[in-house]
Amino acid sequence: MATTKKKSTSKTTSVAKKPAKSTNFATAPINKSLSKEEKIALYSTIVGIRRFEERSLRAYNQGKIGGFLHLYIGQEAVATGIVSLMEENDHIITAYRDHGHALAVGMSMNECMAEMYGKHTGCSKGKGGSMHFFAPDKNYWGGHGIVAGQTPLGAGLAFALKYKGLKGCALAFLGDGAVNQGSFMETLNLVSLWNIPVVFVIENNGYSMGTSLKRSSAEENLAHRADGFDMEWEVCNGHDVFEVREVANRAMTRAREEMKPFLLEIRTYRYRGHSVADANHEKYRTKEEIEEYKRTKDPVNVIKQQLIADGTLTDAEAKRIDQEKKDEAEASAKFADESPVAPRSEIQTDVYWEVDNDTEGKLKGTHFFND
Amino acid sequence: MPLITYREAIKQALDEEIQRDENVCIMGEEVAQYNGAYKVTEGLWEKHGDKRLIDTPISEAAFSGLAIGASMLGIRPVVEMMFMSFSYVAIDQLFNNASFCRYMSGGLMNVPIVVRGPANGGTSVGATHSHTPENMVANHPGLKVVCPSNAYDAKGLMKAAIRDNDPVFVMENTLLYGEKWEVPEEEYIVELGVANVLKEGTDLTIVSHGRCAMISLQAAKTLEEEHDISVEVVDLRSIRPLDEETILKSVRKTHRVMLVEENKPFCGVDAQISHMIQLKAFDDLDAPIHRVSAIDAPNFYSKELEDWQIPNEERIIECALKVAE
Repeated sequence: MATTKKKSTSKTTSVAKKPAKSTNFATAPINKSLSKEEKIALYSTIVGIRRFEERSLRAYNQGKIGGFLHLYIGQEAVATGIVSLMEENDHIITAYRDHGHALAVGMSMNECMAEMYGKHTGCSKGKGGSMHFFAPDKNYWGGHGIVAGQTPLGAGLAFALKYKGLKGCALAFLGDGAVNQGSFMETLNLVSLWNIPVVFVIENNGYSMGTSLKRSSAEENLAHRADGFDMEWEVCNGHDVFEVREVANRAMTRAREEMKPFLLEIRTYRYRGHSVADANHEKYRTKEEIEEYKRTKDPVNVIKQQLIADGTLTDAEAKRIDQEKKDEAEASAKFADESPVAPRSEIQTDVYWEVDNDTEGKLKGTHFFND
Repeated sequence: MPLITYREAIKQALDEEIQRDENVCIMGEEVAQYNGAYKVTEGLWEKHGDKRLIDTPISEAAFSGLAIGASMLGIRPVVEMMFMSFSYVAIDQLFNNASFCRYMSGGLMNVPIVVRGPANGGTSVGATHSHTPENMVANHPGLKVVCPSNAYDAKGLMKAAIRDNDPVFVMENTLLYGEKWEVPEEEYIVELGVANVLKEGTDLTIVSHGRCAMISLQAAKTLEEEHDISVEVVDLRSIRPLDEETILKSVRKTHRVMLVEENKPFCGVDAQISHMIQLKAFDDLDAPIHRVSAIDAPNFYSKELEDWQIPNEERIIECALKVAE
């Protein structure tokens, strides 16, 4: 068993073990039932996120993308695995490292790349940037820039499901740095107290910006915090999409079926700095540490080898998909580059719903103060 | 027309909106079983139950954020801050998420929440419980803010705020909760962005909002009776959106204007109004614009001094005599 689980009501104290490496999660029921096409789709999404972000990094270094660029490279299997389990009434929200989640829910590379380029064709018309991708039509509620600020919003999405009597769950992603924010701890208490069907997913990549887990969290087993709120938790690895799916499926099913929150800690790793501007990330960790993870746990390689081994893909097919994704990413950069920026008149749209919708009787008074 | 308290008027608005729209719910500290710290929600939990009246732990950031998230899926939460001062604990949720989610998503979502609660000094609760942050709210495009000065407006503005599809702050006042005004039995709405001329006059305009508008009205009567100065009192009701036209119309009529508010003066609401008047009605002014605000320090605890610190009739009259000279 690669995960450690503790019944929250149990009085025994157990220390979470590091998740084991050996179990073949591909044979777990939730994964065994996957069709060939579905498995290929998982690979395609993972490799797509990788190639998209590599292309965005080039664009950033060329000065085409402003502000921050928080790359998800190394963590792709987490969002891919969990999003693949989403049902009609499930919703998802995350923090600023949001490209992977956006592509996994089905947002196009074009709208995402154009958003980073600050173009009118971007998913947020260039008003949000890298950290603020949104697609409510795909149940994807962002893309939020302030650490842990999205966690109560995720609870709210789940609250709405419960209020409306809909069977579903909300997935609220956060990083290991966010667990030390008060808003998150307040939210854990609230969702457990009210039995709200939200699954918090801590993507623990070991570093909150430049501060290692050891230097930021008194209790390094982050999932243990759920105990303080009488909440269920599990820990698993994040490099194997099948392991992510197997464990997350339990959490999501429990949330949907029993209307209970869940805290999932997924141990993962980012290859790049906190943001691209964090060029000195090798100063707070060793080059060897990064290389070791890449060599043994690279999410793209792991799923590729798994699918080749089980006969789902040939090496040539895998390479073809990879090339398609590279081409798609390249095309998205071209699309973004050639797209126009929004006209200046867009500065004061999307501020107030009532103004945008020109509602009768509700447009009294001055809304904007430019003089 | 029945005479009811400001508190009762707000309760009627909440009660009626809960019945009108199944997505309206009230959440906050002590709003349900305890009947509200200031009894604004008294009896609503018994009437509407746990689903619509929701007691929260003391976690403003969590329940404000939860309300915002729920509103994205169509719930219309009315969040009570026991004191508006406590919204400071939830600033990231209210001033980043509620105000900017719509914008940062390029208009893909809206946040129809109401944040309501008392925002006033004058009750000897010390500086940390006496904030009047309507200026701070108004400084965030995406948010709206209203400050009802009487029971009629409190009910009508609350109903408008709940039906509005943007986040609206309703700044109430503990010193007004027990005051009575005439409020009609039939349904009505007071639209956001529409000021109210409380009293017509010809010599001087006082622009004010919230409880200060009522003090200004009293001062206006005294000025008329004792000093023979005819004062027009404009009650803003809504800070953002702002009814500039009603202010300017009055200024063009009286040519003299003073501004009264409980905000601290630096970047207070009236700083914006003063700027707007000089820009748009410069040639109509026969005297400089004067302001009466809270005396610029954290609120004093001791009652006598706090009563002097926040605008009162004496300070308003003193200033008015200067402007009318």
